[in-house]
Amino acid sequence: MSGYLVTILITISIYAMLAHSLNIITGHAGQISLGHAAFFGIGAYAAGLLYTKAGLPFWLDVPLAAVMAGIVGAILGIPCLRVRDDFLAITTMGIGFVVEAVFLYIPFFGGAMGIGGINLPSWFGREMTKGEYFILILAVLALLLLLDYRLGRSWIGLAWASIREDEQAASAMSVHVVRFKVLAFVLGSALAGLAGGFYAHFLTFIMPQNFGFGQSILILCMVVFGGIGTRWGPLVGAALLGILPEISRPIMEYRTLLYGLLLVGMMRFQPSGLLGEDSLVVKSFIKGLSRLRQGS
Amino acid sequence: MIWQQLANGIAVGSVYALISLGLTMVYGILRILHVAHAGIYTLGAYVGLVAFRLVDHFWLSLVAGMVGAAVAGYLVERLLYMPILHMPRIAPLIVSIGLFTAMEEAFRIAAGPHTLVYNAKVGLGELTIGGFRLTETQVLILLVTFLILLFLWLFLTRTKMGLAMRACALDTETASTFGVNVNAVIAVNFIIGSFMAGAAGVLIGVYDNQVWPTMGSIPAYKALAIVVLGGLGNIPGTVLASLIVGLAETFFIGVLSVPFPRDAIAFIAMILVLMFRPYGLLGKA
Repeated sequence: MSGYLVTILITISIYAMLAHSLNIITGHAGQISLGHAAFFGIGAYAAGLLYTKAGLPFWLDVPLAAVMAGIVGAILGIPCLRVRDDFLAITTMGIGFVVEAVFLYIPFFGGAMGIGGINLPSWFGREMTKGEYFILILAVLALLLLLDYRLGRSWIGLAWASIREDEQAASAMSVHVVRFKVLAFVLGSALAGLAGGFYAHFLTFIMPQNFGFGQSILILCMVVFGGIGTRWGPLVGAALLGILPEISRPIMEYRTLLYGLLLVGMMRFQPSGLLGEDSLVVKSFIKGLSRLRQGS
Repeated sequence: MIWQQLANGIAVGSVYALISLGLTMVYGILRILHVAHAGIYTLGAYVGLVAFRLVDHFWLSLVAGMVGAAVAGYLVERLLYMPILHMPRIAPLIVSIGLFTAMEEAFRIAAGPHTLVYNAKVGLGELTIGGFRLTETQVLILLVTFLILLFLWLFLTRTKMGLAMRACALDTETASTFGVNVNAVIAVNFIIGSFMAGAAGVLIGVYDNQVWPTMGSIPAYKALAIVVLGGLGNIPGTVLASLIVGLAETFFIGVLSVPFPRDAIAFIAMILVLMFRPYGLLGKA
């Protein structure tokens, strides 16, 4: 595989992991987050600092980054639990801005210059190639999807679904709303941190701007594009929005304009996403399938 | 020194109030987080600037900016928000963010990425009371904000439409059973909100003497923090929160020289307040 292709594939698979982690909070538990890039950043910075300053190897610093993002997610989740709906959206947005400001203004985090010198992981006594790194990320992603499948069929998944549909009714049925919301936040943040760890070792160089508000919106758009709350939707969204900047290179000047209009058009005409309920894609696929059957 | 910072803080807070009021009014009735409101604000500044270059008269350009913004706000409401009101709340939010992104890009492509000078002669003059000095543009901001707030207050408390608007903010369905034309109320609501955003755009254009494509980026998110701080949908709360944020910013940065980004203060204040009052300063559950 060419280096260019591998780079795009790795970017997309990291975005897929990230979109999947937001889908746990927003899709499964129904809690809007506009600051998810903050946890992505916390994971990336934790991995970067543990690797460059504490000298831990990749295989330790990335799991620790996930744990750390999960812990911060639990702490920051507390103010979020006091508020609902739109208040929650703006509170999480605020958390995103504050975390970015902390990275930017506290010298320990390297300021605007960020952190450099975070290498690709090594195994068998040599550095991994990018192709191997891609396969590693895909394997982790597959594990996460399996976990998602198991969770969705467990009582945790049921509890989340009940909170998402009607918080008061869930609470009346003695679902412990606060506990399950915290669980969703912690799990989602930890997985975002995991993606951040992989991202730091892939970019080898991280800056606060990688984890700003625009990034949070991009992640949310991936989830919404693919179909919020579906298992495969976030992956499809990540792939589409990950490829978009590459194929629109010839119209560089109008790229962001196109992206904005795409968001508007998508929500206006296909609000439940490509794989969501009454999706045009799924409908036409089923129609095509039945036509094939009749033909044979 | 302190007095000067106070004047600066109140001027900044007044502009925040003009931007945030539209946002809070839209939220009060439609429950939409109208991020693209900041795009309307930028549009107002550009329309005002173009008008100023054409007629070379500040007050006419202010009116042009306000009218331009109001028309744009009305179109956004009719063409984009109305058809998706029944969707989950995340749909209008993303439409709004997408629209805002597209608007900023459209300004950049149409008017160029550089800043344009808005060098208007207002003709008001400075105001000096003892050691307290207001620059000409500060006088302008305070005057225009005062007039607009007065107009808004009279409109909401003295007219039939204002009464209908307050009724819709309490409960749209009940209001409509009492014969309130909800569609008209929503349209008027958007027009007035955008009108104020347009005024804010022109005022900031003159105050900073520049207009640029991304001038709405920071207000877009800061206004959301202010609106939540005051209590979403609460008009007096929004004015109070705007002044608090305007003053806090000028004092923390100007007087205490805290090494912290100015634009994070609104969000920190908001998170702290929400810990104790989950519905904002003056909001009710």
